[in-house]
Order: sequence, then C-alpha cells, then structure tokens
Amino acid sequence: MRIFDPHIHMTSRTTDDYERMAAAGVRAVVEPAFWLGQPRTSAASFVDYFDSLIGWEPFRAGQFGVRHHATVALNPKEANDPRCHPVLDLLPRYLDKDGVVAVGEIGYDSMTPAEDAAFAGQLALAVAHDLPALVHTPHRDKARGVERSLAVVAESGIEPGRVLVDHLNEVTVKLVRDTGCWLGFSIYPDTKMTPPRMVELLRTYGTERMLVNSAADWGRSDPLLTRATGEAMLLAGFTGDDVDQVLWRNPVEFYGQSGRLDLSDLAAPGVTFAGNSILRGGE
Amino acid sequence: MTPDRLRAALRGVPDPQWLDAALRRVAAEPAAIARLFPAAARRCGRGPLPDPPGWTADEAARALLLTALPADQAAATAETLYRHGDAAEKRAVLRALPLLPIGAACVPLLHDAIRTNDTRLVAAALGPYARHLEQSAWRQAVLKCVFTGVPLAVVDDLDGRADGELGAMLAALAAERHAAGRAMPADATDLLDRLGAGSDLTTAREA
Repeated sequence: MRIFDPHIHMTSRTTDDYERMAAAGVRAVVEPAFWLGQPRTSAASFVDYFDSLIGWEPFRAGQFGVRHHATVALNPKEANDPRCHPVLDLLPRYLDKDGVVAVGEIGYDSMTPAEDAAFAGQLALAVAHDLPALVHTPHRDKARGVERSLAVVAESGIEPGRVLVDHLNEVTVKLVRDTGCWLGFSIYPDTKMTPPRMVELLRTYGTERMLVNSAADWGRSDPLLTRATGEAMLLAGFTGDDVDQVLWRNPVEFYGQSGRLDLSDLAAPGVTFAGNSILRGGE
Repeated sequence: MTPDRLRAALRGVPDPQWLDAALRRVAAEPAAIARLFPAAARRCGRGPLPDPPGWTADEAARALLLTALPADQAAATAETLYRHGDAAEKRAVLRALPLLPIGAACVPLLHDAIRTNDTRLVAAALGPYARHLEQSAWRQAVLKCVFTGVPLAVVDDLDGRADGELGAMLAALAAERHAAGRAMPADATDLLDRLGAGSDLTTAREA
C-alpha cells in the first residue's frame, strides 16, 4: 500500500513517527502551514516557520525516505491578529519555491471580517501564482462555515478543481460533492472522522476527488490512520486499486496541478504526471 | 570551476532557452534574479550533470545566474538569495561563491551553513570558497563532517590545510568512538594517518 498523506504537520512529530510512517507505506507528505498551538506575535516568527517547511523539515523527512512538500499561508486563526498581517506581504516569496505545492491552510476559524480579507486575498495569490488552494473548514459552526467558504471560492474565480476543501464530515460532504472541488477528510482517533465512518462515506460518494489525511499535529492524533483507513477499505470490499486511488493517485493528481510535485525515486518506472518531474531533470 | 564549463554542461537541460533568456535578463535587470533563482530547478532539472562531477543541473543553473549579476551587486544579492532560499537554493549559493567577484564578503554565509545540521549545506560550505574561512572554524567544520558522516572528499584542499590541531581533535574523537565501541569513518582514519597522529589509534580503527 503506497500512501501520500496530503495533510500532516510533521514539524510537531518525532523521528519515531517518520520511521513508523515509512514502514506503513507513507512515501510522500504535504505539510500545510498552520498555527502552532502557541499564538505567534510577529511576522518574523512565520518566516522561521516557513523556512523550516522548505528547509529543515524536508531534510528530516528525507532521512527516512519520505518526500516532503508544503503549503504556505497565513492561517485563519492568526489572520485575526494584526501583528501577524505583515506576513501576507512575504508570502509571494515562498509561493515561488519548489517545495510549495499550494496556498494553505486558508479559510475560516470564527468567520470574522479579518478572516474574510485574508481568505479572499490569499485565494487571489493562488490564482496569481498558478497554485492550488487548501481550504481549512472551521470546527465550530462548520456547515455554515463550509457554505461561506464555497461562496468565497466561487467569487475568487479560482477553478474549483484546484481547490481542496478539508476536514469534511457526514454533514458537510454533501455541500461540497457537486461543486467540482476536491474533498478532504481528516481521520482522527475519535473526533473529526474515523476509518469506519470514512469507509461509509466512500461507499456513498465514491472514490473520485476524495482525499484522506491524518492531519496529525501537536494534538491527539495518529499519523498511521491513513493506513488504517486503507485497511478498513479492503476489509469492506474495496479493491487495492480503490485504495491506491484514494491514498495515492488522488493527492498526487490534486497537488500535481502545481507542476511542482517531485516524486522522482518514488514513482514506479514509466509513471509520469503532467508538468511534474517524476524523473529528475537530466536523467 | 568556471562559468563557461557550467554553461557548456547545461546545454543538454530540458529548457536551455529559458536559461539563456534568464541570464540575459539578470544582466540587464538584476532584481529579476529574485524570481528566476527559485524557478531554475523547475526549468533546468535537478539531476547530476555528467560533467563537471559533483554538480547538479539546478546548482549549475543557479550559480550561472549569480555570475550574470553586475559585480558590485553580487555579494549583497548572493546573501539575500541565501537568506531567502530553500535548502537547494542555499546550497547553490554556497557552491557559486568561489565564482563571484566578492572577496571574503560572504564568509558569514559559510558560518550559517556550517551551523546547520543539513549535511548538504555543511558539505557545500567546504568548497574552494572556504579558503576565506578562519582556520579554527574550518577545523570545526571538518570535524563536523566526520561526526555527521559527510565524506571528507567534499573538503577542498584538505591535505594542504589539515594541521596538528585538527589531528588532535580527530584523535580525540577517535578515542571517544573507540571507548563507545563505534568505528571512525575510513577517510578520517586515513587523514589521521597522513597527519601522523593516528599511530596510537590502531585499535580504534579495528573496532
């Protein structure tokens, strides 16, 4: 089982996790920029964080044979702190980097005017830099948050096929399924979504444009729940090809739209994907 | 290494026209390098070049972009690109330094790279430009290579510069490794032998 975890905060995880993930079949990850539990107090703090996402963390992942990419953004929660706003002017520099495959996580936390402005402004950045966007949906007032997020996405002019709406559940999946956006599900030990519930959703809505992630971070979470979901799918009668679509090909296709996914050395020989250096240049 | 040799090596990259245009643009409009520099790997590839050995396409393309800058802007721009760069961009800046008309102005970048735990950056900091690095920092960097498993072949002018103090530091590391039942890398014990400081470390080598 080859696994691409499209949303995991490896900065908060240990080398033990990398070892267990690699052994479980996780060969590539995307680490979205988010908040760190402790609020930041300046743009400089974001700079160090973003530099780590395109510097130290990919190196660390590489020690365990895991390919690491990132998404970069001012997250919705900290969009409410004016001390953090100057980071918006620094984002273009990061959106030019090879390892940055989308703008994210953007979206809503408490649906404030400051979040409106940061969300719309960063969707415009995604369009300007020809990058996909990763949209976080709020934990509270979730259904209305998803509806409002979809309205902002529609207004931005970004192509829906270049948007991944994340942290969906049984209620909110219905709102996104027919929009053309990709659908993300964060499998948690007992909150956002569990492997058995995810299998039911895949039965109901199919495997197209469906992404499964662990969203593991500094809170109670488990980076192996992607694998557990794949196993639950097989037990429920899905084929190995279905599992490969959800756990590998879908995230590769979504983030591959950046033209920057580098899965050289990882992909099977002969596998190519539009715009991406499956083989290293010069080989 | 010369810019001409790098340019010849890059004739076979996927998009040589992009590189030619980028080099002309940087010469005419130096600020354009800020966006061309990160894009270079996507346009020119990341694989190793057949010649010169030890260079990848992205390193060579980025080094050439730096050589296209007006001389009076090279040091400041190299520093900015290093500070703003991802790991691959930082590595390319480090490798380009000996090709640039900057004297010792960018030595602080070597100090930064040697402080990291990214072995690719440590290795790139010990090329020909490290001749500007003071001897104490250079010794620490060589020792760090041994400590972190970076082959000593990356160190420019190793034998010309290795001194008794480096020998003493390596011998002390060998003694610690021996006490812990761990081996020293063969290239480090060979260097100790050449420095004449390895005579009492036979057991460490055999461990």
